[in-house]
Amino acid sequence: MSRQATLAIEEAFTEEWGRIVAALIGRTRNWDLAEDCAQQAFAEAARRWPGEGIPDRPGAWLMTVARNRAIDRLRHERIRDSRLREAVALIDEGLEHGDEEEREDDSGIDDDRLRLIFTCCHPALPLEGRVALTLRALAGLTTVEIANAFLVPEPTMAKRLVRAKHKIEHAGIPYRVPPAHLLPERTSGVLAVLYLMFNEGYAASTGDELIRIDLCAEAIRLARLLNRLMPDEPESDGLLALMLFQHSRREARADAAGDVITLDEQDRSRWIRAEIEQANTILDAAVRRDAIGPYQVQGLIAACHANAPHVAATNWARIAALYERLVEVAATPVVRLNHAVAVGMATGLDDGLALVDRLAASGELRNYHLLHATRADFLRRLGRNSEAADAYREALDLARTEAERQYLTKRLQEVGAGSRQGGREWGARGG
Amino acid sequence: MRYMMFVCVDGATELSADERVTIGPEAQAWVKEMQGRGVRLQGQELADVQDATTIRVRGGEVVIGDGPFAETKEQIAGFDILDCADLDEAMEVAAKHPVARFGTLELRPFAEG
Repeated sequence: MSRQATLAIEEAFTEEWGRIVAALIGRTRNWDLAEDCAQQAFAEAARRWPGEGIPDRPGAWLMTVARNRAIDRLRHERIRDSRLREAVALIDEGLEHGDEEEREDDSGIDDDRLRLIFTCCHPALPLEGRVALTLRALAGLTTVEIANAFLVPEPTMAKRLVRAKHKIEHAGIPYRVPPAHLLPERTSGVLAVLYLMFNEGYAASTGDELIRIDLCAEAIRLARLLNRLMPDEPESDGLLALMLFQHSRREARADAAGDVITLDEQDRSRWIRAEIEQANTILDAAVRRDAIGPYQVQGLIAACHANAPHVAATNWARIAALYERLVEVAATPVVRLNHAVAVGMATGLDDGLALVDRLAASGELRNYHLLHATRADFLRRLGRNSEAADAYREALDLARTEAERQYLTKRLQEVGAGSRQGGREWGARGG
Repeated sequence: MRYMMFVCVDGATELSADERVTIGPEAQAWVKEMQGRGVRLQGQELADVQDATTIRVRGGEVVIGDGPFAETKEQIAGFDILDCADLDEAMEVAAKHPVARFGTLELRPFAEG
């Protein structure tokens, strides 16, 4: 295939997949049909564009092909179901009036895709199903790609997708943008799904899996789409900025061997400035709207790190204050742990350690490796090496990825070496 | 869309004195409101789970059980049949039921109807 045609198809895929699937589901309520027909439209483009040339409006071309396929399929199937008959009539009508083409020319607000996002992220679906369905229907990832991304066997992921679609159909989950009284809650649900997707990619990106689809990039792409579709939602901007700040560090987060490099030791020249600048612009505009929420606060915290030219220039007092604010709007144990870290850096290691100990005593984060790793780091910095070693060991038992284990092992060796020199701690343990 | 709404409570749940007094009138008010809206078709509170009997026919023999079908902590205390536009409406109707504050409401769509 000519390079030009390949590029055109790739570009069209990014832009048009979700649009086509969303439009066809809107008219037929048949998710599998919509995905199949979108797939067929792209396959036909791959066959025809190299010879016939790229159409003037690739999106409209693909939409027409997909829609015709849908009509053919529905006609050829024995249509007993009155809903399907209705769907065919509606699609026929749409085809005659070319409604899709008109819609592309108007304000740019694409209700079908917004409907699709809210339906994929409906709270009655299991969380893992929401993430998978969003990646399939909206981002156009294949079942195999999603399965690889989440390190589950393909049949498991296929089953997850089937169940989610089945529930949408059979439990009466509406295909729509939620009404005003549900919108704030549902919007934060959508943001949570995108952030979960991003974090899944972020946690794994330094692991030993190289074949995984870049979930971070997919989440950012979807967040950008959501921002275009919901321009009046500053929390959505906050999330996009937060992801861009974190993603801008991807080249600096691990060394050549794949070992984690912590924020304070990263080579900041490897952070991608253009992405940081873009995040700054997005976040500035969002906070000026004066409707602050947890994602904007987290974005502001990330901005403190991203804009500090070197680690010593980090404004920890501001970060600690922002975490205090975050505790007010989203008092999860993880947020409180990060608050403790910021306080430790801003006012003193002992203050930070005291907060971590209080959190540890509550037992909420007992199985969270970062609680133990954070305690260990505080103890190490305070020179309490044998206690630090114990905490590193606890963290090691709970760590999720190979890269994290390597980092913790390295630290454990450092404090272990320190305590051997001291000698006393080993004696106290009875050797 | 029709849904069977199971009203489930944990047998160990102790209501406060206040709640024991208000739960009945509140449930009646819910029924009245939802019937008025046309979303509740019918419903019934059920007798205690100790009064349940199970019947199975195995190998041609009738096997009678003297207890509930499933030994779970949550027991079905009643049901309502809802007719709603979609799951969002059914969720809203269920969330307004007074038992939702301490029990669990399960919304089961009717299979194809």
